[in-house]
Amino acid sequence: MTIVEHLRSLGHRIVNAVWRIGYTSRFFLLILLYSGISFRRFHLTIKELFSSGVMSLIIILVAGLFVGMVLGLQGYETLKRYGAESALGSLVALSLVRELGPVLAALLFASRAGSAMTAEIGLMKATEQISAMEMMAINPIARVVAPRFWAGVISVPLLSALFSAMGVFGGYVVGVVLIGVDQGSFWSQMQAGVDFQHDIVNGIIKSFVFGVAVTAIALFEGYDAPPTAEGVSGATTRTVVESSLTILFLDFILTAFMFQGE
Amino acid sequence: MSSQALVEIRDVNFAYDSRPILKGVNLTFPKGKVIAVMGGSGCGKTTLLQLIGGALRPSSGYVKVDGQVIHELDHKGLYLMRRRMGMLFQFGALFTDMSVYDNVAFQMREHTDLPEEIIRDLVLMKLNAVGLRGSHHLMPAELSGGMARRVALARTVALDPMLIMYDEPFAGLDPISLTVVGNLIRRLNDALGATSVVVTHDVQESLKIVDYIYFIADGVVVAEGTPAEISSSDKPFVHQFVHGEMDGPVPFHYPCGDYWQDLNLRPWR
Ligand SMILES: Nc1ncnc2c1ncn2[C@@H]1O[C@H](COP(=O)(O)OP(=O)(O)O)[C@@H](O)[C@H]1O
Ligand SMILES: [Mg+2]
Repeated sequence: MTIVEHLRSLGHRIVNAVWRIGYTSRFFLLILLYSGISFRRFHLTIKELFSSGVMSLIIILVAGLFVGMVLGLQGYETLKRYGAESALGSLVALSLVRELGPVLAALLFASRAGSAMTAEIGLMKATEQISAMEMMAINPIARVVAPRFWAGVISVPLLSALFSAMGVFGGYVVGVVLIGVDQGSFWSQMQAGVDFQHDIVNGIIKSFVFGVAVTAIALFEGYDAPPTAEGVSGATTRTVVESSLTILFLDFILTAFMFQGE
Repeated sequence: MSSQALVEIRDVNFAYDSRPILKGVNLTFPKGKVIAVMGGSGCGKTTLLQLIGGALRPSSGYVKVDGQVIHELDHKGLYLMRRRMGMLFQFGALFTDMSVYDNVAFQMREHTDLPEEIIRDLVLMKLNAVGLRGSHHLMPAELSGGMARRVALARTVALDPMLIMYDEPFAGLDPISLTVVGNLIRRLNDALGATSVVVTHDVQESLKIVDYIYFIADGVVVAEGTPAEISSSDKPFVHQFVHGEMDGPVPFHYPCGDYWQDLNLRPWR
């Protein structure tokens, strides 16, 4: 008897998950379909760029600085064993541009701006603002959701770039200014080690994909949240958990395609 | 009741999942009138407004607004129809990230190409009509309940709708705000030449301002009539409702078993 119940609840969960994937995809397509006004009335998107992108600047810059400083310290420790301290510049830059910049910036964006988007849309729904908009013959996906989506998609790559730049600066401060690695070799190794096509473009592609994923998840969770206090708080938590896991999973997939261990 | 009907609701059935909420209701809202739909909490009043606004679809029967069957309209047709409707939500549903001014201007900016100077004049006129021209710079969080309701009212009539729907406009208001909102509903309706539907359970206030009243209970229309007919009605349900009596056709107790059993007592004899 209990086995049947277990099977049933398992089946129920699987069916539910499939439904949710379907809903998310449909929601995503609707966002793309109704994206016209995000660009025609670009000031709507700019407003969201400010509240999600610009307001995330501080956390991104500070985190980037510290990550770069840690990379400088750890990298120096390891490279010193092989007498390759001069490669510190390229180690710091490659780690940041290929991996840490896109991944950490997206993770921070998910917890700083993604959760806020979910809570905001969830509350707009709970207080009937979304229904009111629909009754005014204004499509809330076009007016509320799509501008936030594009703001996220534009913000994340820019934030990752700033994260990496700040990280390089942090690595420079620790490696060159504090430890005393030769400044010339730090920068020239970096210049020689980082390939525009292979490293920077791939890093940008990654952060673009993460931006799409995080923002779509955050918006869907908000739009789908039950209109109650627990509903919204649960949705906010799910946004952070789901988008973090999605970022790390997608990172593995993308890395496997981009850098096939050559 | 005279003239043509703006809204016709015919044999409408509606169920959430398998729980029937409306079981074949018929209502007619003639042009230019203020109509009240009354009934206890949870009897399906909000549901009825959502059916008129096309947010829900009847499982049978139809709702016709200005000659068009709402659930047969496509997305575009429905949106065109909704532009001519205004709905005041139960809790106002003001956009919390915009000032009072921007709330009222919202639909004008979305649906018209009017220059900002004209929008400004229109917004101030609408706010003046509800007596809140001086509050245009405030944010919704800074308003009292009665003020928020009036701002929502100004936003609802921003585009001079032909049909205005009010979902519990009197709920949670102090006696003064209540009279103010009641009078505004009547005055706006007459000034705009619109038709208004007021969904409420506030009998005394509605009797003062409306032209016709429908009572809904258990998913059907149980009584209807002009305020005079309703006040003097001797139907038990209407009498209980109008005079706010505790017990009557609508029982005080939610259906339940024997009290003594729930308290684990032996039967009383
Ligand atoms: N989305 C929903 N899903 C299921 N049941 C609902 C939903 N919305 C409302 N109901 C139920 O339908 C009934 C009528 O609701 P409503 O029209 O909001 O009543 P009211 O007359 O108080 O406005 C209530 O009993 C409510 O519990
Ligand atoms: Mg209601």
